[in-house]
Amino acid sequence: MPGNYMPGTQNIKPNKKSIVIMGCGRVGGKLAAMFDAAGHKVTVLDLDAYSFRRLPPSFSGTALIGNGTDEEMLRKAGIETADAFIALTQGDNRNVMAAQIAKYIFHVPRVICRIYDPLRKDIYENLGLESISPTEVFADLLFNRLEKI
Amino acid sequence: MKPLYIVIVGGGKIGYYLSKALLSQGHEVLIIEKDIRICEKLEDELGSCCLRGDGCETAVLHEAGLNRADILIATTSHDEDNLVSCQVAKHRFKVPRTIALINNPSNEKIFKKLGIDATISVTNTILEHVEQEIPAHPLIHLLTMSGKMEELVELQITRESPALGKSISQLRLPGDTTIALLMRENEKPRIPDAETVLRENDRVIALTTIDSEKTLEKMLTG
Repeated sequence: MPGNYMPGTQNIKPNKKSIVIMGCGRVGGKLAAMFDAAGHKVTVLDLDAYSFRRLPPSFSGTALIGNGTDEEMLRKAGIETADAFIALTQGDNRNVMAAQIAKYIFHVPRVICRIYDPLRKDIYENLGLESISPTEVFADLLFNRLEKI
Repeated sequence: MKPLYIVIVGGGKIGYYLSKALLSQGHEVLIIEKDIRICEKLEDELGSCCLRGDGCETAVLHEAGLNRADILIATTSHDEDNLVSCQVAKHRFKVPRTIALINNPSNEKIFKKLGIDATISVTNTILEHVEQEIPAHPLIHLLTMSGKMEELVELQITRESPALGKSISQLRLPGDTTIALLMRENEKPRIPDAETVLRENDRVIALTTIDSEKTLEKMLTG
């Protein structure tokens, strides 16, 4: 079927990127599946192997059990050659620490960090860490939708 | 000495004994602790010196009057929480000195790179004591310079050492490493020069960095 992505070698894109995702929750799992389906090299890290159930059967990337705030574990996940690192665990502080390790120790070109707490997000954004607060984004979205009731 | 205002994050054993000691030295101490039961226990024992809340949250730190704090010490059992407390204190409240307790020793290097003034690694402290107890240990950490990546280490030249019989200049030490002192049996400790040849059982004290430590250890002890 043309246009349908099948996992495997035929889908390697010329601009294939290497992406490390920390946290295989709903968002992490979905993002990993999306990048994988788009033909990128994906490594997803989680402390709990049970989280990997969220990855689709077609997932051709790597799923690693381990702590993303551990330098050694990040090396194993291929952080040294990664083009992007995304921190998506439940803990703001864990995300902040892992993202800073990726950015300042391993110099990953693009690092994005989820921080639920908007105040903490502002501080780290000022420090130069690209961050997204789902709390802010979702509240804004709801507000904009309901503004014109 | 002018009493300092010291904020301690985490009311565990370390936070508790630390506060007790600092209070008895006449400093003003505030402990930030999440668990209400621990807060009550601390207040019973130490008087009103506890604030309930998350020591990583700006609002809580603001309530703690962090902008007039002299030192923040993060003592929780989670390295990432200690990192964030210290960074928020430093960047948002301009606290002059931040100290973090570290549980995973490899985080020491990372925390320094990320701007924490001082780190205390329990694991490393115990390891250093163990190293000093075991004479055969090839590399002993003597001192880590605060705030910098530099450290003083002691190494012993053994029979298997690749440096045996070589002069210091032949060793091609890493650029950031200097051999500061040579201790040889029946001789006075002295500062070696480039021509000094290393012998078996020589002990040297070197100034190096955390990054070059492994290379130095390999060169001198194999």
